[in-house]
Amino acid sequence: MRFPKGVALWVAAACAGVLAVLGVGAALQYWAAAPENRPHLIEVVGEGVPVVVFGATLLMAFAGMTASWLFRRYPHAARQLAEQSRSLLAAKKGFRVATAGAPPLAELASVINQLADAYHRVEHDLEQRSAETRVRVEEERDRFAALMSELSQGVLVCNADGRILLYNPRATALLAPSAQEGQGGGYTPIGLGRSVLALLDRNQVAHALDMIQHQLAEVDRPQARFVATVPNGALLRVQVAAFLGAGRKLAGLVFTLDDVSSLVGRESQRLRLLQSLATGVRAPVANLRAATENLASFPDMAADRRTQFVDIAVAEARLLTERLNTALLAYAEALKGSLTLEDMRAVDLLAVAQRRIADALQLPVTIEDVDPDVWLRVDSFAIAHAMTFLAARLAHDYEIRAFRLRAGPGSGFAEVDLVWTGAIVGSDALSLWEGEPMRIGVEETPLTLRDVLERHGSEAWLQVDKIRQISRFRLLLPRGTAAVAVPYRSAAVDSRPEFYDFDLFEHIDRVGALADRPLAALSYTVFDTETTGLEPSAGDEIISIGAVRIVNGRMLRQEVFEQLINPQRPISRESTAVHGIDGRQLANEPTIDRVLPRFHRFCEDTVLVAHNAAFDMRFLELKEAATGVRFGQPVLDTLLLSAVVHPSMDNHHLDMIAERVGVRVIGRHTALGDALLTGEVFLRLVPLLAERGIVTLAQALDASRATYHSRLQY
Amino acid sequence: MSETRKVLIVDDEPNIVTALEFLFRRSGYEVQMAANGAEALERVDAWRPDVVLLDVMMPVRSGYEVCQKLRERPDLAPVKIVMLSAKGSEAEVNKGLSLGADLYITKPFSTQELVSTINRLFEAGATHKP
Repeated sequence: MRFPKGVALWVAAACAGVLAVLGVGAALQYWAAAPENRPHLIEVVGEGVPVVVFGATLLMAFAGMTASWLFRRYPHAARQLAEQSRSLLAAKKGFRVATAGAPPLAELASVINQLADAYHRVEHDLEQRSAETRVRVEEERDRFAALMSELSQGVLVCNADGRILLYNPRATALLAPSAQEGQGGGYTPIGLGRSVLALLDRNQVAHALDMIQHQLAEVDRPQARFVATVPNGALLRVQVAAFLGAGRKLAGLVFTLDDVSSLVGRESQRLRLLQSLATGVRAPVANLRAATENLASFPDMAADRRTQFVDIAVAEARLLTERLNTALLAYAEALKGSLTLEDMRAVDLLAVAQRRIADALQLPVTIEDVDPDVWLRVDSFAIAHAMTFLAARLAHDYEIRAFRLRAGPGSGFAEVDLVWTGAIVGSDALSLWEGEPMRIGVEETPLTLRDVLERHGSEAWLQVDKIRQISRFRLLLPRGTAAVAVPYRSAAVDSRPEFYDFDLFEHIDRVGALADRPLAALSYTVFDTETTGLEPSAGDEIISIGAVRIVNGRMLRQEVFEQLINPQRPISRESTAVHGIDGRQLANEPTIDRVLPRFHRFCEDTVLVAHNAAFDMRFLELKEAATGVRFGQPVLDTLLLSAVVHPSMDNHHLDMIAERVGVRVIGRHTALGDALLTGEVFLRLVPLLAERGIVTLAQALDASRATYHSRLQY
Repeated sequence: MSETRKVLIVDDEPNIVTALEFLFRRSGYEVQMAANGAEALERVDAWRPDVVLLDVMMPVRSGYEVCQKLRERPDLAPVKIVMLSAKGSEAEVNKGLSLGADLYITKPFSTQELVSTINRLFEAGATHKP
């Protein structure tokens, strides 16, 4: 046993003290006695020495023990206090150090408790504030998701490596595979963490990137544009903008996608129209000319000849008329599709015009009546400008001080009216204004009202009700079609679309070093197959593949693969009993050699996950030779992982594991349904594995292998 | 037919005027001609035709303006107005009819059909729409 140095010193000091007291006592006795008695005293004391020595030793022992006890008791209590204080940090909020014991220690303890109170208050505040921030961030995310869903343009956001961090439903629709390729279910080529190069033409994207890199040094917001054909045949106008990180380094790219197929179609339609008009008119004109020139040159020709040429002229003139009418009709249609005109609601056009007139003239403008269902195809800027110009002229030349706006469906064309009461304006004034450059105050455009009307194929005129003193300037504007409504996606938290994941910024880089990456940070394709039977080597075939992606710990229910497959052989009754699919249903589905390459693309750059994966992998491997598609990526098996987590359980059926880890079982026995269930189970297994120290992919694979062997031994 | 009908042909293109004049005379109409909008208004006032054939694209005053001017006068309400135009979009037809024309016919047209259409206009006894 080792004494602390302090205690040993104190004990020694106590002993010395006792000796000193005894010595001083004896000395005092000696001095107090009369000198004649001093020899007696020495004698008497000398006789009592053994007793005194004994007593002194006892006393010394007692004093030493007391000192030791006292000085050991205090440090011990202090140490206890320190321990309790330490656990204050870790323990629950209610826990406090004991305040009993010696008064100075008790005081110290209560000060510590006060500090603890203050600490917990601060901690609580922080928690509350971070919870509030979290809620706000969630709200912002939801608002953002809703906004993205509303956009009529497709949007893709990628990190600098071209991995998709965000996309909206419009982008999914624009980049969807053709109806033929996507038959029999949803295969979504777009997905979080996927490369944008798989979606758009590699060379075009690379070229756009080059241009952006080139601009980085000079331009504030580098951009590039290109037009790309996508697999579904649509023509997209793609705008690429860069966003920059620290030190003006390229941090990511924003792709905006517009479908311009129809615009380009209209352009070529107009060219075709001109061409067909030119060639269609040429022949009848030639015939007409030949016939009439003959008539003119040979007045002496025989009567039957003359009749013949006149008939030709009449017939050709009629044909010419028909051709012209057809062409003009087509032209009117083509005009409606002009590139500069946009579809908008009459309500919105009136609101724009109202604001512009009121601002420019400082006069009251009211919207009198407007049909909310009327859509126009207009250049809204030019029309609003034209209406403001007219109002300005009316105000200036006729002192009109208030205007009303109205819009109605009309017949064929929509009617938009600028209405006022009072001054009657002659129609010649309008003819004059039509040809003037439109000037409003100091703002002037070289365009005339007539130019604007012609561009819209529209007409305008003045209508006057003299009795009621109401005049209206009426514009006939082409009707538009209602813009395609993007279905509203509720922004509720639990149904939030998993269309974006900015965490990918941090996590995704190269596929190479997967082994040491944490399981929670990897991308997975969880899949399941249904088959004609249980023996792939005996010729059983896959009849259905379902898969879902997991990226950054989230299962992306929008990013699924679901495909029925024609096995080209009968299906056993037992397996039909399991999945409910019989041969007739599959007759029109694609065969495995067409499906596997697509599934392979879907799985690109991910770790595969399946329940009892060996079974499914065996089927895939047997197709390698025939399809040339090899699934070389790492595979995790939820059955084995479950055995790792629950070694004492025997039953590792998917349903049982699901129940054990708290996943509700629904929609089983379709490939996609089972893949979704497996995915959920897998996500629950990951933290359970982490509790056992299995964090990385390599560890999970090692543990799976070990369990597999141990299971074999049993 | 109690009285010969009077037609005023207003067009600045002599070729079509010549053809129409010939045709209407042969069909029993009395015919006068005007080469532009301003002249047309004077002639209507002076001569009071039953029907005015009005080309839309004319110098000085367009056919639309002449039409509107004519319709501003209640005393000219019985006069039929037939607009002839090389422009024939839906919007233009709409404008012509809105301004008070009884018919809007786009060029090219069959001259025979024009005459019979105008005849029908009188037979139906239709007056112009207010």
